[in-house]
Amino acid sequence: MNRVRAALPPFAFGVLFLLAWELLVRAFHIKPYLLPKPSGIWSAFTSDMSSMWTVSSSTGLNALIGLLLGTAIGLLLAFAASRFRLLAELLTPMALAVAAMPIIVLVAIFNNLFAITSSVPRRLMVTVVVLFIVLINVMKGLTQANATQLELMRSYGASESAVIRKVRLPNALAFLFVALRQAAPLAVITAVVAEYFGGNQGGLGSRITSAISTSKDTTGWAYVLAACLVGITFYLVSTVLEWVAMPWARNRSRT
Amino acid sequence: MSAPVDIVGISKVFNAGRSNAVTALDDINLNVAPGQFVSLIGPSGCGKSTLLRLIGNLTEPTAGSVSVNGKSAAHARLDGDYGMAFQQAGLFDWRTVSRNIELPLEMKGFDKAARRARAMDMLDLVKLREFADHRPWELSGGMQQRVAIARALSFEPKLLLMDEPFGALDEMTREHMQSELLRICATTGTTVLFVTHSIPEAVFLANQVVVMSPRPGKIAKIVNVDLGQRNDDTREDAEFFKKVTEVREALRGYDHVEPMPTRLDDR
Repeated sequence: MNRVRAALPPFAFGVLFLLAWELLVRAFHIKPYLLPKPSGIWSAFTSDMSSMWTVSSSTGLNALIGLLLGTAIGLLLAFAASRFRLLAELLTPMALAVAAMPIIVLVAIFNNLFAITSSVPRRLMVTVVVLFIVLINVMKGLTQANATQLELMRSYGASESAVIRKVRLPNALAFLFVALRQAAPLAVITAVVAEYFGGNQGGLGSRITSAISTSKDTTGWAYVLAACLVGITFYLVSTVLEWVAMPWARNRSRT
Repeated sequence: MSAPVDIVGISKVFNAGRSNAVTALDDINLNVAPGQFVSLIGPSGCGKSTLLRLIGNLTEPTAGSVSVNGKSAAHARLDGDYGMAFQQAGLFDWRTVSRNIELPLEMKGFDKAARRARAMDMLDLVKLREFADHRPWELSGGMQQRVAIARALSFEPKLLLMDEPFGALDEMTREHMQSELLRICATTGTTVLFVTHSIPEAVFLANQVVVMSPRPGKIAKIVNVDLGQRNDDTREDAEFFKKVTEVREALRGYDHVEPMPTRLDDR
């Protein structure tokens, strides 16, 4: 019941926002190429659900493959870096530099490396973005174990592998999900933006560009709506995974 | 029966051989008899925590020898001869209260049924049985510390090493925890070494108060205390005040020494 009550204000705000948007566009006769009506966007969205689904799932697949690959590589590197100090010292500045760069421009380079119809450059781009988020967070989680807990384990005469299993891994799990909650929607955004840079016409990004360049603005906005929905889905799935994987953190208020 | 703790000529120098070398402990001798409750008290930087960590084999002495139950400190650690509790309860969030208490038993190879049974016994001892399946963060600070004590005692060590375990608790909870600790130790017959900053706490709990002085860390005086059966009235007892004064006077003279960092890097 409390959850329903907590969800009510933002829901009401969303409805009011859409209503105000609709009324403003109607009242001031704003042209669709400037700002289409929400009702118009909705009917464009629902008019061809099957193609909307095809295009969305193409983007979703690019984001998902990149997300899985980036998470896997990020995890591997984080484990290696927590084992070998030299690797950590080499990777950390690079990870921070990459985090500060608009690395999306790499798509242009990846596009030159692969065939024009290939989806690989987009997936690669998502992989790179996700990889560094996972790497930085999980590395922190593996190395920043609680000092008291580590001393306790030593006092029990625990082996190094027991310390990893009982302390470092569960500790790093929370950091992994912090990374995933951030990386999952970002994977979708990255996929959409990567599709902007030309290449095959499969994804939402490509459809948004072509819709806008052919003055089908309302259709363009419908694709934007689809991109939002895919992003929200990714975020929700990552929180559900967290809920399943970390039962101890379920009712704890997030700090 | 060999002494639970026998320390002979212990010195500890941090950063030995370098320009920033610091002598944390200098020629310490201490023998603790079975069943004794020994408080270690002194200003910050007197090396009392370092002394405790040496006994627990969490750090190595520069010179001298430590034996625990007649064995080397390292041997005693691997045999599980002592339990340890710190200022931070250090409970594992991803484990329930009872599974926290089971952790040292897991490390020592107890089977699942034995672990669970022992954890329940320990929870009875610290009066937290109804919280067995709760998460640590659902408990108050004092309750968390009781779980940490239960965990330290779960494998029935003869010796309990405690480093300011009640340091982060409020005064009321602290006094309650002191009485609880005395009750638990009376039940189990455990020998305790207890590091504290608080003079009343040191006196209330102990048979022996080891007063330490800093720079380099030395034993300034050992005050023997016999308050008999202790309860809340003991805290207003003339004998209690007398011993508090004795410890305070032994500490005096070191009051205005600039404190050193409490923990130095010994790597």
